[in-house]
Amino acid sequence: MEVPILKQGEVLIATFQAALSDADLNQLRMGLVQQVVKFRSRAVIVDVTAMDVMDSFASRTLREIAHMIRLRGAETVIVGIQPEVAFAMVQLGLTLEGVATALDLEEGLAYLIQKFKNID
Amino acid sequence: MAINSDQDIVTARQKGRALAIELGFSTVDATLIATSISELARNIVSYARRGEITLKIVRAPSRQGITIIASDSGPGIRDILQAMRDGFSTSGSLGLGLPGVRRLMDDFEIASEPGRGTIVTVKKWKS
Repeated sequence: MEVPILKQGEVLIATFQAALSDADLNQLRMGLVQQVVKFRSRAVIVDVTAMDVMDSFASRTLREIAHMIRLRGAETVIVGIQPEVAFAMVQLGLTLEGVATALDLEEGLAYLIQKFKNID
Repeated sequence: MAINSDQDIVTARQKGRALAIELGFSTVDATLIATSISELARNIVSYARRGEITLKIVRAPSRQGITIIASDSGPGIRDILQAMRDGFSTSGSLGLGLPGVRRLMDDFEIASEPGRGTIVTVKKWKS
């Protein structure tokens, strides 16, 4: 299953589907970084609203995506982690340390606009 | 269910969630069950390459629950105490799989013999 990546100005938005396999996640990791380079994007929003499970592999991949994108000088925001998914992640001991998160797409965009304003 | 690929991990956890919802588990508990299945199935694929996940409904006089049995004939675990410790991994993963699953579920049992395989049995009761 492919993850659609939308380009909105300087921001890329990747929307996760419910049933992403490990192979899909790995593919997305490469795809996102390549697109950040191609479009000279300043930020990536990863929308995980539809994700039913965030296990250790998925959260590690998200962290890797955020770190790779930071090395390109861009910012990543994870949005839409569902309450029950957050609960399971905490129980499992998973953290997204060092990665920005926001309630939803709107909040994520607002966070980035504020951030860009402070830099410019 | 046979677990041979990363696609099977997704199918297994979806089936687990559907069964949990059908039995009347809350969405939080259904997510904990689905997440546990995902971790156990990934252990099978990462360490043994193939194995099986069995889901069972448990009916006790006063309560109902789901049992997940993850079994494989893989290399087995040499040191179970070590494998149950947070942050320990021989595969380069985060090492939160087994200890994490123990926290997500109510009952946890593991039996493993080096060279013969591993069976993890976990249970979640409906609250």
